[in-house]
Formats: sequence, C-alpha cells, structure tokens
Amino acid sequence: MTTLKKTKTSIPQTELMSSGHLACQGCGATMAMRYALKGLGDRTVMVVPACCWTVISGANPRSSINLPLLHSPFAAAAATATGVKAGLVSRGDRETTVVAWAGDGGTFDIGIQALSGAADRNEDILYVCYDNEAYMNTGVQRSGGTPSGAWTMSTPAGSARPKKDLDAIMLAHHIPYFATATPAYAEDMVRKFAKAKTVKGFRFIHILSPCPPGWKTDPMDSTKLSRLAVQTGLFRLYEVEEGVMKLNMNVANRKPVSEYLKAQGRFKNMPAEEMAAIQARVDAFWEKPS
Amino acid sequence: MKKVLSGNHAAALGAQLARTQVSVGYPITPATQVFEALAEMKSKGEFPGEFIAAESEHSVMAALLGASTAGARTFTATSSHGLAYMHEVLHWVAGARLPIVMIDVNRALAAPWNLWTDQTDSLSQRDTGWMQTYCSTNQEVLDTVLMSFKIAERVMLPSMVVLDGFTLSHSYEPVDVPSQADVDAFLPPFRPELKLDPEQPITFGSLTQPKDYLRLRRRMAADMAEAEDAIEEVGREFGEMFGRSYGQLDPYRCEDAETILVTSGAVGSTARAAVDALRAKGLKAGNLRLRAFRPFPAKALRAFVKPGMKLAVVDRNYSPGMGGIWAQEIKAALYPRPGVSVHGYVTGLGGGDITVELLQEVWERVDDSPVAEVPAATWVEDAR
Amino acid sequence: MPLLDEDPRAYPRVMVATRSMDENHTGNWRTLRPVIDAKACTGCNICWKQCPEACVDLTDKVPSIDMDYCKGCGICVAECPAHCVHFVPESAS
Repeated sequence: MTTLKKTKTSIPQTELMSSGHLACQGCGATMAMRYALKGLGDRTVMVVPACCWTVISGANPRSSINLPLLHSPFAAAAATATGVKAGLVSRGDRETTVVAWAGDGGTFDIGIQALSGAADRNEDILYVCYDNEAYMNTGVQRSGGTPSGAWTMSTPAGSARPKKDLDAIMLAHHIPYFATATPAYAEDMVRKFAKAKTVKGFRFIHILSPCPPGWKTDPMDSTKLSRLAVQTGLFRLYEVEEGVMKLNMNVANRKPVSEYLKAQGRFKNMPAEEMAAIQARVDAFWEKPS
Repeated sequence: MKKVLSGNHAAALGAQLARTQVSVGYPITPATQVFEALAEMKSKGEFPGEFIAAESEHSVMAALLGASTAGARTFTATSSHGLAYMHEVLHWVAGARLPIVMIDVNRALAAPWNLWTDQTDSLSQRDTGWMQTYCSTNQEVLDTVLMSFKIAERVMLPSMVVLDGFTLSHSYEPVDVPSQADVDAFLPPFRPELKLDPEQPITFGSLTQPKDYLRLRRRMAADMAEAEDAIEEVGREFGEMFGRSYGQLDPYRCEDAETILVTSGAVGSTARAAVDALRAKGLKAGNLRLRAFRPFPAKALRAFVKPGMKLAVVDRNYSPGMGGIWAQEIKAALYPRPGVSVHGYVTGLGGGDITVELLQEVWERVDDSPVAEVPAATWVEDAR
Repeated sequence: MPLLDEDPRAYPRVMVATRSMDENHTGNWRTLRPVIDAKACTGCNICWKQCPEACVDLTDKVPSIDMDYCKGCGICVAECPAHCVHFVPESAS
C-alpha cells in the first residue's frame, strides 16, 4: 500500500504484507507480522501451521503475504521449517531465512514436540510465536499460554493454571538467540527481526499479541494493551544471545498490573486478591530479573 | 557390482544412488538400519544430501513436506507405528502432490506389541494418496526405490516401497548394485516447476473452495491412472538398462492355470516354490504376485483373469469388520466378473510363518472348491 | 445431472496463491470512519506505523487513510499523539 517516500519513518516503509487481509479489527498478530516482515526483508520463506494466520493470509488464489509461504499441519511448524531449510540448502541456497510463524497453540501445546526437537538440534530457522494467549482461531479456548484467571470458552470461570513459562523452556535448549517483542514497540520488534536474520542456528522470538475478540477488548486498545503489558512489568522486553541476557527496557516506575487487567473483559471477574497476588509476583520478579 | 545386502541396506543404497537431496529419519524396528546406513554414509562423506535425525515420525514426514516443497528429492524409511504416527502428514503430502519416496518395512501394529511382518500397517494407509509397491527380494527393493523416484516425479505423487520386516529387511541376499553413472542415466535430477523460492512468492496449501478441492482430487485420480502406465513403462525401461524388468503384476506359471495363488511381498517367492511342488504333482498351479497396490492394478488384473479362474488370495493382513485387504481390493477390481471367484485366506498375521506346505494346502483347497466364491475369509496358520 | 466431464488434466495438480489479497476491499467492514484533522497533524507518522491494515499512505505530509481497506479499528484514533484523528459514523460520510 505505502509507496516509498522521502518522509522519514522509524521503521522501513516497504510492505511485504498487503492490505485486504482477513484479520479482525485491531489484530495484534497482524501488526506483529507487518513489523516482522519489515525486519526480515524479502529473502524469506514462511511456514505457517494451523493458527489465525492460516486464515488471515487469505484463501486460494490470493495471499496477503508477498513471500513464498507453505501452510503446514498444526503440530508441525518447526519440523516443516526444518525441512524447508534443508531443502533450500541442498539446492545451494544458504542465504534465505526460513521462518516458522505460529500461534501459542502450535507452540506451547500441540507444536511443542516439533519445536523442542528443532531447538535441540539447533536447526537454522527462526521460530516466531505470536502469543494471543488462547486458541483464538477455533473460537477462544484455553492454551498453555493462557494466563491464570483469564476467561476462555473452555475456562469460563477463569483459567485455573498459570501460563507455561515458554521463555524458560526455550532457553533450556541452549539456542543462540532468543527475544521477546510486542507490537506497541515497533522499532524494537523490527530491530530484533533484522538481528535474528543474521544469526545462524535456532532463533526464537516470543511476541505478546493482543486479540480483541479473545481478550474481550476494544480493537482500538490493542496498541495500548501491548504497551501496558510492558509498562506494568508483566511482559519483559529482552534478548538472550549465546546465553547472555540483555534487558531492552528496564521499567523503573511500573504501572499497577490492575490497570492492564481491568482493561480486559477476559479478567472481568478476577477478584481483587488475585490481582494483588499477581502484583506481588510481578514485584518479586523484578526485584531480581534473571 | 554384486553385493550381499540386507533389505534395509539395499534400500539405503537405492536412496544414495538416486542422489537423494534431503533425508530425514527416525529409528523403528525393523526399519532402523535404513536410517543408520544413511547416517553412516553421511558421516563418511558418501551421502552428499542433507541428513536429519528428527524427534518423531510425524516430524520426519513434516520435514519432508518442507524439503520437497523447497524442490529437493526426498527419502525416508519407517514401519508400523512410525507410519501410523505420520498418518495425517501422509494425506498432506499426497494432496500437496509431492514425489516423496518412503520405505515401509512391514510390521504388525499394536495392541498388543508385535515386531514381526504383517502388511496391515502399509495397507491401512491405502486412502492417503500414496502409491504402494510390494517387493519380494532385496534386489527388487533397491530396483524399486530407483524406479519409484522416476515414477513419483513423473506423476507427482508420493511412493511407498514396502518390504517384509525381518524376512527381507534383515535377511542377506545377493543384490546387483548398479553404478552411479548408470543410475544417473536412468534418473535425471528433480526439477519441479513450482517450489519455495524467494524469486517466486507463492503460497502453497491455502484454504480452498469445495469446487476446486473436488477438481484437484479428480486431477489426482487422472495422475493415479497414469501411474498404472508409468509403472509398466518405467519397469520396462529399467529392464532395458539394467536387465531386470518389472510391472504391476508378476505372474508365474499362470499360462494354463485355473487355480492361482495370489500373493504379495516376500511370500511371493515362497509361492513359486509351492507352485513348483504342485506342478511336480501334475497340478496346474500358478502364482500371481501383485507388486502394485496403489494405484490398484485393476485394468491389468481384469486383462489377466479368464472365466473359470479361482484366485486363492493370501492376505498377511486384516481389516477388522471386512477381511483380508488384497482379497477385498481384488474383488472390487474384478466386479462384475462372472466365472471368476476370489477365495480369501487370512494368515501370517504378526509374523506367522507362511510355508511352502501351507500354500500348497491352500491351493489344493481352493482348487477342490466350487467356483462360487466364499464371501468370508478363511483363517489358517502353519501348524508347526 | 452436473457430471464432471471436462478433461481432468485441464486442472492443475496444485493450486497456489499467486494473487494479492489487496483485491479484497475490507473497507466495507467499517462502522466508524477515522478522519485526520490536517491542521492539527504534526506528520509524526505514528498512525501509519501502528495500522494493522497497512493502509495509511504517506505520500503527503498529512497521511491519508485508504478507505478501501480501513476496517475502522480505531488504533490510529487511540494512538495519535496530537489527538487529531477522530471517528465519525460511517454512514455520516
């Protein structure tokens, strides 16, 4: 859509994602894809398992992603991407970046075996999880990424279990590059994708991705919520490169978590004590970030 | 060059000679040695392709989905539960029209555990869109791997090369291994028109409307029909180049036979011994070994049968609620065929021995029975 | 009887997506339309940066939102630092 103009912008202007895609209004996953592609450039092949982006990308014969893209089975994003990379290398192409682009379902749950295997083998792929914290494509059911207390269709009284610590799981695989990102911090996200492209071996980027229908929020609040997640300290922006952690944003005066939680319909019935407990955990965590 | 090889090793050599570009594997008894042979070749610099040891068979086939779509020639080997575990991806790669070649070493499916040869694992994948060829010698395994790449890449359908667990996979037989130069002359490089390539920003596998899905499947049907011819043509071409030709059917002493033992896999060679013994007694016995299972060689079979023929079909497999799978498919292919009867025998499940003597007894029983067919399968075992 | 009797080979083996989704004009999803107050706009481009539809054009100093695609999510309304993007009901325009 945007033609390159002399106007200075803080992120590249070229769009590899077209307008006219099928995402909901205010979709965080779409903003994430847009920034990811600006950081990656067009020497990229994407693998997309069953997830919102399976539908957002469009139906045959149209696509909203101007890159070679392979749809894969739900559990198999990391394995399919592994194969794509091997196939390209076997034909003499070592340069093209292979990206697996999956939701939290295909990453935390059904896709975790293939993910763990690929990370364990240090496959030369970039795996991206856009985490909207539930199985959104099938109508909002709890995933391993759903935070405690969140309403979903399968946890109508609020999820009883805490969110799986996916970051720790990935870091336990000794991978060369790990990062978190969220759409409110577009420059940070673009930089991380451009960086990840240059690293050899298994790279993982975990993106917190607001979802208006699933979070029961107003579409216009998606950027605000993405920002609040960081400003309350609930979602850390950091990188780990060859085992060395670098905090990208040290949030000094954290906003209260209740500001983030109360803005979302999925936490509507969360009792004050539970919010206080979450606040205490966040406070304790930031006392000594590891 | 003649070598003494196990079936598994012959399969691995076939993949190497075919210049496989990406092989992804996972161990499972009794197919493990295919994977290990490729790993060893890789470590010695004798396998120039990419070799990946994945963490499950589902991931193996998903990785081959990726590699094949990226334009690479691909290969793997599995068995039984490994094959079953990749089931959804088998459907996927066939629908994606990818010419992946895979060895399936027949082994019974649990429950309960059983490691020995049984065809139910491969036959029960008959609806996935994979071509299937059943081998009866280790020579045939190597040859069929080479032919399968050629046929698969012509019709753009994946191909399963099936061999009996332990009986072929682990037994050593003399195998004439062709030279790399001869294989290169037979099998040109894989050059797909559509592939993942940054120069071609296209999307594979998107959501597709019913009207298109129907027509894509119909195209698959047309290509499966072409595969029936391709199996014969490539089999003849192979014969011209290497001195051993193959087809969909492998008849033995059937010219004047009315009762015919119909077999597949390693039992194929046991059946020839049974036919020779029966003929020695003056009985007009013949053996029809079916090599091709998918596409089912219906045309060839219909051309083969004559009125008055009795087919004694030996099924080392079982489809619960129906019977032996080869017998079922043969009946469907021959319907309606007045004067030809199909007698199904289920035996050898879980690796039971199917002996020359047992096959003779089956033949004699069918030869003595009236032409009208026996609808249900007869269950037998080697009494020793 | 709608028999499928055309040559099966007239159909490809696979269907690949070669056309762009920008043929799909999502502007008809909108119930609210964002309007930029040109006088108040500082040209910061944050609306362009945050738009999930990538449908903000930067040709001029004051960005223009492509109404063929705008779904009316309101992120630009919420995020504009100069508060110069306002919603009006779609039917009013």
